[in-house]
Amino acid sequence: MTESTSNRLAIIALHGTLDAAYPPLILATAAAAMDMQCAIFFTFYGLEIIRKGKADKLQVAPIANPAMPMPVPNIVGMLPGMTAVATGMMNSWMHKANVAKLSELLEMAVESGVRMIACQMSMDVMGVKKEDLIDGVEVSGAATFLEFASQNAISLSF
Amino acid sequence: MSITPDQVLDCSGMACPMPILKTKKAVDGLQLGQILKMIATDPGSTSDMEAWTRKTGHTLVASEQADGKFIFYIKKSK
Repeated sequence: MTESTSNRLAIIALHGTLDAAYPPLILATAAAAMDMQCAIFFTFYGLEIIRKGKADKLQVAPIANPAMPMPVPNIVGMLPGMTAVATGMMNSWMHKANVAKLSELLEMAVESGVRMIACQMSMDVMGVKKEDLIDGVEVSGAATFLEFASQNAISLSF
Repeated sequence: MSITPDQVLDCSGMACPMPILKTKKAVDGLQLGQILKMIATDPGSTSDMEAWTRKTGHTLVASEQADGKFIFYIKKSK
């Protein structure tokens, strides 16, 4: 049997919502635990995930999100405060299911050697400075991520 | 089961991916040939521990289920 295997995982984290922040961090930490090398490229709104003190404050969008366990009609989702309500519900479901907090997963990702790459261009666009980001993050561009990804990495985008 | 573990790790109540992360840490701390007994309640842990041991080169010596718990005996093999 000749199966080709890869020991690298290259992830792009594009979104800054609660639900979108989990998959990259879960897969990255699991990859590190499986002795794989992993890098996450945080770009555009994905930068929010690695902003100091922000991870556990990310929110979920109640509008145009028909897959929520308790779907909110868009007209209701538009009302002020509904994002906080939806986020509160989501957080309580996560807590009940004993899912780790995003801040814990972030900490474990850094600790286990996941390369956390913040997109320099996105930082410039969004006015984010290096000191706004958690420790253990490197600031680089597309070529840095692509060099890592080009070395036989599985690549995922969230 | 008559396997005497060198260390016991209780991951009861933890959701994916925590049991894998904790298991990795615990196995890293063992000596070659030592056995970790890991207890989990996450039903996904059965296939996850099989995959984890296959990928990392450690040995899943035995596993059992009792009272909603999934118990794994993992031998540090490298």
